Amino acid sequence: MDIDATALSHLLRKHPGKVQAFSLPIGQAHVFYPEVSAERTTAALMVEVDPIGLVRNKRFRGDSGMLDYYINDRPFVASSLMSVAIGKVLRSAMTGTSESYPELAAAELPLRIGLQVISTRGRDGQDLASRLFAPLGWSVEQEPIALDGQYPQWGPSRYSSLVLSGQVRLDHALRQLYVLLPVLDDSKHYWVNDDEAAKLARQGEGWLENHPERDVISYRYLAHQKDLVALATSGMKATPQSDDSTGSAWEGEHSSARAPLRVQRAEAVLTALKDCGAQRVVDVGCGPGALLRRLQADRFFTKIMGTDVSARSLEQAARSLHLEESSDAERARIELLHSSALYSDDRLVGFDAVVLMEVIEHIEPSRLGALVRSIFGSVAPHSVIVTTPNAEFNALYPDLAAGTMRHDDHRFEWTRSEFRQWAESVAADFNYQVEYRGIGGESKHHGTSTQMAIFRKETA
Amino acid sequence: MSELLIPESGLVLLIGVSGSGKSSFAARHFDKFEVLSSDYFRGLVGNDETNQAVTTPAFEALHFVAGKRLEAGLLTVIDATNVQRSARRGLIELAREHDVLVSAIVLDLPISVCLERNEGRGEKTVPRGAIERQQQQLRKSLRGIRKEGFARVHVLSGIAGMDAASIRRHRLLNDFKDEHGPFDVIGDVHGCLDELLMLLERLGYSVSRDKADRAVDASHPAGRRAIFVGDLVDRGPESVGVLRLAMGMVNSGNAMAVPGNHEDKLVRALRGTKVSLGHGLERTLQELEAEGPEFTRAAKDFCAALTSHLVLDDGNLVIAHAGLIEKYQGRASRRVRAFALYGQVDGEKDEYGLPVRYPWAKDYRGAAAVLYGHTPVTEVAWINNTACLDTGCVFGGQLTAMRYPEREVVAVDALRTWSDPIRPLQSPHGPQREPGLLTMGDVTGPLHLETGDLGTVRISAQQAAGALETMSRYAIDPRWLRYLPPTMSPADSSTRTGYLEHPDEAFAYYRKQGINELVCEEKHMGSRAVMLLSRDPARFDAPVGWLGTVHTRTGRQFVDEMTERLLLQRAHEICDSIGLWDELDSDWVILDGELLPWSLKAESLIKDTYASVGAAGIKATGAAVRVLERAAAQGLDVGGLLERTGTRHGNALAFRESYRRYVGDPGDLRFASFQVLAAESGSFETREHGWHLGIGQRLVAAGADLFAPTNWLRVQLDDAGSIAAAVQWWEELTAAGGEGMVVKPWQNLTRGGKGVVQPGIKVRGREYLRLIYGADYLDEGNLERLRHRATDRKRSRALQEYRLGLEALRLTVAGEPLWKVHQMVFGVLALESEPIDPRL
Repeated sequence: MDIDATALSHLLRKHPGKVQAFSLPIGQAHVFYPEVSAERTTAALMVEVDPIGLVRNKRFRGDSGMLDYYINDRPFVASSLMSVAIGKVLRSAMTGTSESYPELAAAELPLRIGLQVISTRGRDGQDLASRLFAPLGWSVEQEPIALDGQYPQWGPSRYSSLVLSGQVRLDHALRQLYVLLPVLDDSKHYWVNDDEAAKLARQGEGWLENHPERDVISYRYLAHQKDLVALATSGMKATPQSDDSTGSAWEGEHSSARAPLRVQRAEAVLTALKDCGAQRVVDVGCGPGALLRRLQADRFFTKIMGTDVSARSLEQAARSLHLEESSDAERARIELLHSSALYSDDRLVGFDAVVLMEVIEHIEPSRLGALVRSIFGSVAPHSVIVTTPNAEFNALYPDLAAGTMRHDDHRFEWTRSEFRQWAESVAADFNYQVEYRGIGGESKHHGTSTQMAIFRKETA
Repeated sequence: MSELLIPESGLVLLIGVSGSGKSSFAARHFDKFEVLSSDYFRGLVGNDETNQAVTTPAFEALHFVAGKRLEAGLLTVIDATNVQRSARRGLIELAREHDVLVSAIVLDLPISVCLERNEGRGEKTVPRGAIERQQQQLRKSLRGIRKEGFARVHVLSGIAGMDAASIRRHRLLNDFKDEHGPFDVIGDVHGCLDELLMLLERLGYSVSRDKADRAVDASHPAGRRAIFVGDLVDRGPESVGVLRLAMGMVNSGNAMAVPGNHEDKLVRALRGTKVSLGHGLERTLQELEAEGPEFTRAAKDFCAALTSHLVLDDGNLVIAHAGLIEKYQGRASRRVRAFALYGQVDGEKDEYGLPVRYPWAKDYRGAAAVLYGHTPVTEVAWINNTACLDTGCVFGGQLTAMRYPEREVVAVDALRTWSDPIRPLQSPHGPQREPGLLTMGDVTGPLHLETGDLGTVRISAQQAAGALETMSRYAIDPRWLRYLPPTMSPADSSTRTGYLEHPDEAFAYYRKQGINELVCEEKHMGSRAVMLLSRDPARFDAPVGWLGTVHTRTGRQFVDEMTERLLLQRAHEICDSIGLWDELDSDWVILDGELLPWSLKAESLIKDTYASVGAAGIKATGAAVRVLERAAAQGLDVGGLLERTGTRHGNALAFRESYRRYVGDPGDLRFASFQVLAAESGSFETREHGWHLGIGQRLVAAGADLFAPTNWLRVQLDDAGSIAAAVQWWEELTAAGGEGMVVKPWQNLTRGGKGVVQPGIKVRGREYLRLIYGADYLDEGNLERLRHRATDRKRSRALQEYRLGLEALRLTVAGEPLWKVHQMVFGVLALESEPIDPRL
């Protein structure tokens, strides 16, 4: 098909001889044509963001406080701001209809789209653009942008320039950009609500249903809100083959849901508590309440206290324990306390046992002494149960580089002998007897993944 | 007219039938909040003062409120019939719980009067039968009421008796708050008369003797008074001699005394109670026997009359033989007396068969200094504002006195070992020294932190909770975290075109505070850092070989341990070389400064934020300019847009230049010291900045490989030339890429009309502010909006933090317990936990 490229201006319904400006909540959009000929016509959509307004306007509080700062990349990145501009300025072109050129509006056209700066966040990294656009018939050229040429050691930035070329319907191309720019960026400048799910289904019509990365796209577009993803997917006319692909990427971001070691660890702690006859238990550093839930479910435990240094974790724990809906008796049985293990706290006195499950490795070695004094010295319960990773076992984790730790926040990870040395000295200083148990799969040379020490107070 | 003596704090029960006039009696003699009426509480919980159905909840509420008042030490009068013994028992229990005295005032009126009054009450009339029943209960009560546990029972008979009564409030026997000393507090003497005489002489007392050359009194020419902490007798050679002298001094007003457990036991023995004669009591009794009955009786009366403890000097000093927890100070109850004489013992015995004493001083958090004896220790040491003065003279140790308020220890050695100790003398720090142990109570809000003469800083529960995680998970060991610097406010927004901040507004602030002399200090392009250097690790309870620490403004460690060690070693060498230790008369010093380069701490911030935004901005605006130029070449009118975009491209490039100035070689560490915060000899907030900067300059001169200079300029606000020079200095500094300057009062800590003035105001440079407000902030449209910023909250917080920081330093200098220092430091972090516009 021989096409007059100047028809682009008709399809976009923007006059080729004018520089048009459109007012947006976040600034201004400009449309103009730097190049107009029958062979090739280029339309430019430029978004001029008001950076101060973006910070000061309370409407824009979409994601993690990014817009609280004047120093942010939003004015420069083709992101959800660009999507808003496309949706506002080129709305009619997104419908795939045209009064003057109806056949062109419905035809696959030779298009070339240049995006000067896109941002690719998250684990998927640099190949995400290809994975998103190539299945839609685009050939993708991606050029990374250096962070700062003066410091080559810093490497590339998280930005790149992107050129897409292919035979694609214009309305699809625009709707694909509308959806995929925020997906690439994995962020939105506004609060994502239920409407977004419907919007995704509408704008994805005709190209998203069978996209191999459909789940990643939905998940990221809907700001990682699972319930919205379910809503959107139900609104899509999914064709059977898409079901095969459900999985890999989704799993990649969510694989933490299954973690048998956690379960084994919690069960080992419960067993140890019962072996100690401890019915009144404090879980120090309870986090969002993983162990507390198990303690709660087991009527053997008559009094349960969870403490954490993070008020946020305690809120999560309260929710996961359904304390708000609980009876007075249950509320009296379970108590949550904002407290730090480095300060001695009388409110912990009188319990049978204190559990420090995966806690000590989050504390600076120089301050472990304060924890020991407060728990073993001041609280001094009959039993103390401590679990911590076994550093030797790390060799068996294929994804863990040698010499690195299992979690960013771990201040140390001990070998079995280091752990024992510490435990023996604590036990000696505060008159406890100590027993060791392994948790998780055991290797002949490396021991178990988690190591546990059970301290019992020596009775004279 | 009869005068009723009532302790000025404590509980008073009015007892009388309905209609006996309790409420009007209470209203006449007590203030309105002092009287808790059961009828009123019926109204509070049941909307009706006569509703008998709510009696139980009404009394629960009344007991609760009464308890709160007693806790606060307030006199509380219960206006209820109180004719039943069971009703009184609950209130007596309540008084005991709060360790206060309880008195009773019985209004014993003829029933005819009560009945008649009752008739006139209208709706509030009580059934006649009820009043008659109450009258019977009252009659029954009057028989045994004096044995119920009241300190005093006053019975007012008839209307005449009631009308004639007046109330006189008296102080508790332990209340000597208006005695301000100076005092010499003397530890357990145990019959060591010779050592006591030597000690008194060393303290400057002159001893008077009777005809038989026996010491009977001692006075101080400067009017100082001795205070004996008890245990004058037993074990030693001359208990009678010691008693004679102490009794003489107390009787003449030259001394005060509290009883020890040995005096208590002696009194019981002399009263004929059967007591075991161990621990030297038998010897004392023999001595008294030989002395004769007259002296024995005098000694018995003297010992029996001693009050369990003394509260002196506006409540700042408490004397008790075995010490006293804060809750018991100034209170009166059996357990207060028991604690004061014997300490808290829970029946547990140690390996020597002696009772294990609860180490109360370890948990003591009271404001009053407590001086005590009872437990022989090897040395006198202040533990949480308490000190034990029993240094075991009778066991061959020393007899010790503490001068108050000087807090100076004066001691004489024992002439010999008079008695063999049952167990070795203990360290005053107890068996487990735990100076680093802090409690949740120390850091749980709301906290009212007293910053000496600078006033109180209040930390809310939320603010305190907000700092708990940061302090626990990220800060360095609290033993070494002695100070956090305050936040600093910028100058008010400038109204000059092209400026958001300008020196004029900083000068205007200080001019308004009435300050003329200022110093402008270069604002370093690094991170605020506090450096603690110590040649004496023990001073900070640190391990041998510890040199100090360098931490950030939120208490985090700056660099890895190896780097820190090398840095501190070098800092020590340089301080050695300029003779800083002798000059400050100290083995440690805390320096306030800035650690350079900024990229050391902030490299990830520079890369992830500044460089990233720069890269995106330069690329995007550059590309936009090219496209616009092509459009212009097509003849399209993109003039304004092209020009704007070109400017933004230029701004993005300038932005990149601004952050590049902060990228340095992390191996090339420099510390710019601009203030010497504290050393053993004091804190230096009142030394003028010239002194502080002078030391900074000498550190640079001696070791420019570590210490970086701080450029500064002195300004006189009454001299226009001086101001112009300062503005020009700032312009040049910032034009050359400098971050800006900080303006401070030259004389340092300054008080203005409304309290302490800002210790510093920052004025940041135009280019630097791109890193705060964005590459395009200088666009006049943007600038106009940015000028609206609220510096008030920032300033009030800066002052609160400044005061807490100063107090933390002063407490450290004074060797105060760690928890006190930590509260101040924690307070700074707690205030920081509440968000304020981060760009200010």
